[in-house]
Amino acid sequence: MKILVAIKRVVDYNVRVQVKPDGSGVATDGVKMSINPFDEIAIEEALRIKEQGKADEVVVVTIGNSDSQQQLRTAMAMGADRAVLVETDSAVQPLQAAQVLLKIIEEEQPGLVITGKQAIDDDNNQTPQMLATLWNRPQATFASQVEFTGDNKLNVTREVDAGLETIQVELPAVVSTDLRLNEPRFVKLPDIMKAKRKPLETKVLADVAPDLQGQMIEVLSHEAPQPRSKGVMVESVDELINILKDKGLVG
Amino acid sequence: MPHIFNRRDLTFQLYEVLNLEKLCNNSLYRDHHTDDFEQLIDLVERMAEELFQPHAAKVDANEPTFKEGQVEIIPEVKKALDAFIESGLPAASFSYSEGGMQLPYAVTQAMAFIFAAANVSTSAYPLLSLGVANLLSACGSDEQKQKFLKPLIEGRYFGTMCLSETQAGSSLADIKTQAVPQSDGSYLITGNKMWISGGEHNLSENIIHMVLAKIPGGDAGVKGISLFIVPKFMVDDAGSLGARNDVVLAGLNHKMGYRGTVNTVLNFGENEGAVGYLVGEAGKGLSYMFHMMNEARIAVGLGATALAYTGYLHALDYATDRKQGRPLNQKDPSSPMVPIIEHTDVKRMLIQQKSYAEGGLALGLYCAQLVDQQRIAISEGQMKAAKAHELLLDILTPIAKSWPSEYGLKANEQAIQVHGGYGYTRDYPVERFYRDNRLNHIHEGTKGIQGLDLLGRKVTQFEGQSTQLLIQAIQATLAEVKDPALQPMAADLASHLQLIIATTQGMQAQIPNKGIDAYLANASLYLDAFGHVVVAWMWLQQAHTAVTAMSEAVNDTDRQFYQGKIKTCQYFFRYELPNIKPALELLAEMDTTCMDFDLGLF
Ligand SMILES: Cc1cc2nc3c(=O)[nH]c(=O)nc-3n(C[C@H](O)[C@H](O)[C@H](O)COP(=O)(O)OP(=O)(O)OC[C@H]3O[C@@H](n4cnc5c(N)ncnc54)[C@H](O)[C@@H]3O)c2cc1C
Repeated sequence: MKILVAIKRVVDYNVRVQVKPDGSGVATDGVKMSINPFDEIAIEEALRIKEQGKADEVVVVTIGNSDSQQQLRTAMAMGADRAVLVETDSAVQPLQAAQVLLKIIEEEQPGLVITGKQAIDDDNNQTPQMLATLWNRPQATFASQVEFTGDNKLNVTREVDAGLETIQVELPAVVSTDLRLNEPRFVKLPDIMKAKRKPLETKVLADVAPDLQGQMIEVLSHEAPQPRSKGVMVESVDELINILKDKGLVG
Repeated sequence: MPHIFNRRDLTFQLYEVLNLEKLCNNSLYRDHHTDDFEQLIDLVERMAEELFQPHAAKVDANEPTFKEGQVEIIPEVKKALDAFIESGLPAASFSYSEGGMQLPYAVTQAMAFIFAAANVSTSAYPLLSLGVANLLSACGSDEQKQKFLKPLIEGRYFGTMCLSETQAGSSLADIKTQAVPQSDGSYLITGNKMWISGGEHNLSENIIHMVLAKIPGGDAGVKGISLFIVPKFMVDDAGSLGARNDVVLAGLNHKMGYRGTVNTVLNFGENEGAVGYLVGEAGKGLSYMFHMMNEARIAVGLGATALAYTGYLHALDYATDRKQGRPLNQKDPSSPMVPIIEHTDVKRMLIQQKSYAEGGLALGLYCAQLVDQQRIAISEGQMKAAKAHELLLDILTPIAKSWPSEYGLKANEQAIQVHGGYGYTRDYPVERFYRDNRLNHIHEGTKGIQGLDLLGRKVTQFEGQSTQLLIQAIQATLAEVKDPALQPMAADLASHLQLIIATTQGMQAQIPNKGIDAYLANASLYLDAFGHVVVAWMWLQQAHTAVTAMSEAVNDTDRQFYQGKIKTCQYFFRYELPNIKPALELLAEMDTTCMDFDLGLF
């Protein structure tokens, strides 16, 4: 079985992001970029499944500019066998990303697709769901545990508001990862070197998916969140209620 | 936030100031690309944050203990080191033929810098072992390399350097440990070694002690010293571990800092005699050690810088958060207090730390990159160029070791000061950094010894060739600096350089009259002053790079970063560099106040 892992290059989670002065987006020039942390978990899960002998190839794919090769190389240094870059200079949104990934799925015919549950740049949490819908295959999102049942099915434990829920999906399927699924490995130095020799195929987005459907969401402007104003300590419940009333928050 | 180091600054120093990508243009490093370096640094950064830094305070509070002849170390240390080894990091700088990754020395030093900033005690084990591996790689026989170097590079064995004895620290000529030749070509070693870092533990399969000892009947003094490999466990030809060698842990030293790095007193050959193997030729032990000295001393200096750096980042963070007092012109007591970073005195302490930490990093990486230039020249058969790099390194290494040890410690002192009373408690890491950093003036040659090395040997060696090469290198930078804003600093550097050269020449001229004792009487002051000139040069280089890059900076963060470099350079030239003048006056006069101070007067 082949596993396809979709990853995204994002501003590193340690970086304090800054909005560009003209409000057109978040500054990324000269900023440290990394694999989206949820996607790193997705790669790790795919590698573990392969190491258990349940898959024989792990392919990583990303949609992005040529700098995204760095993240694909890192994924291959972790252990992925090969990589596909669907190159585009403009940012894609979930619906477009799902359509592009579907094309790659049609080409690669994976038995399982794993993605992060969301990318920490836009926090959309939509691509895996849209992808499963377009592909017309089952989805298991927010996975914290993945188990093969032997009859071409997966038992997936999901992190939901009420706690944990276990569902069964038939393969091929889309799984999106949550934080507790695993702890991604450290890459090994020799594997960094080996990864340079692993195949990385670049395709142009317009060739892969010439007829993208659906509207793009138009972003009007970006703004940094207002700093949270300082709270006040109240002495009593009555005082609290009065304040809430003053602010019109309770009747 | 971990506050271990500043990735933006490291990137600046490696690629913008040193243009490290150029190293990949030659045969030695042509398999590499800056992307590999960045991936390596990604890995190191994550490992330092997740596995090294989190137990740094714990291992300081719970130092290794001695129980029934064994050393117990908290398990977090082994967990971190196992990950380090599994990732193949010990092999980073070794050649392909030795099973290494042949990465540039500058990159592996950047890696060591990050680990030291995260947790200096835990990272000391593998870094010390790398020193041992370097020594074996340079001086060991093929058989010794097969048996001992390979597992060191694989990280299965750790190593120690056993030079010091109780009665012989700075004065290694006076060691007493003996090595008696045996009929099978090996030696039996007997003697006691003091201060041995990593001398006993269960962190690795085996420990390889590199021991200095004297063969009976040999020369007195340093020419009678030979170097021996003494394994903790015997190793057979197939590489399997055998019986325990006669190396016994006699006790532990309880230190001020570096507490996680177990420091031992070792008895060799108390019972049947410890088996040792001669490295290279008899009588050359100390010269083999000195062969590795340049690299070892650069590494010590970078360690001192690492502690200064992390201390600075912690102080910066604290000063941004801690609110105390009001602006001087704010008379309203009900107005909010301001973060202490807004008080000029606090700002000054932070800039001072920044200038020491980033200046020290520039110096360490510059020297590391010279090691690479030297290696490249050797690999291309350009022996003249290789020699020139070596001569330049020779004069820079006492400075690369001592300057960060002196000023890095001062930076740590200021980091404590910025924290006020909190800095004086163990709730904050800055007092630990200070304690850790205090070692760096003591080991690998004390400050006094470094001063003697610089003034007594390096500035005059080979008819002053090392000095000439340094002058040329500084002048090359001066010739490049065209920006009007930097001109006053360039002129200042030129005049201070001139001053120190004139002082040195003047002192040499007085030797026939006043004697060599008087010439060397203030060598430590000379070392500090010379160091300040070299670091001023490092700052000018950084400012020059920043000015050039500024015009192409794409965002405010970058512009501020470069501006910070230029302003810190200005600080260094206004507040620091002029301070060397009084010392240079004493030196120029060959002042003998201390030398002539009669012992009875104390
Ligand atoms: C934490 C720690 C770890 C260490 N690890 C190791 C290790 O792994 N292996 C190892 O072999 N050693 C190790 N050492 C030993 C270290 O290298 C010695 O402590 C150092 O060389 C100084 O020797 P000493 O302590 O005997 O001091 P001394 O040599 O007695 O020096 C005392 C003072 O006298 C000064 N002095 C001595 N001689 C002269 C002179 N000729 N001219 C001017 N001034 C002089 C020194 O500068 C110093 O200020 C370690 C030490 C420490 C504290």
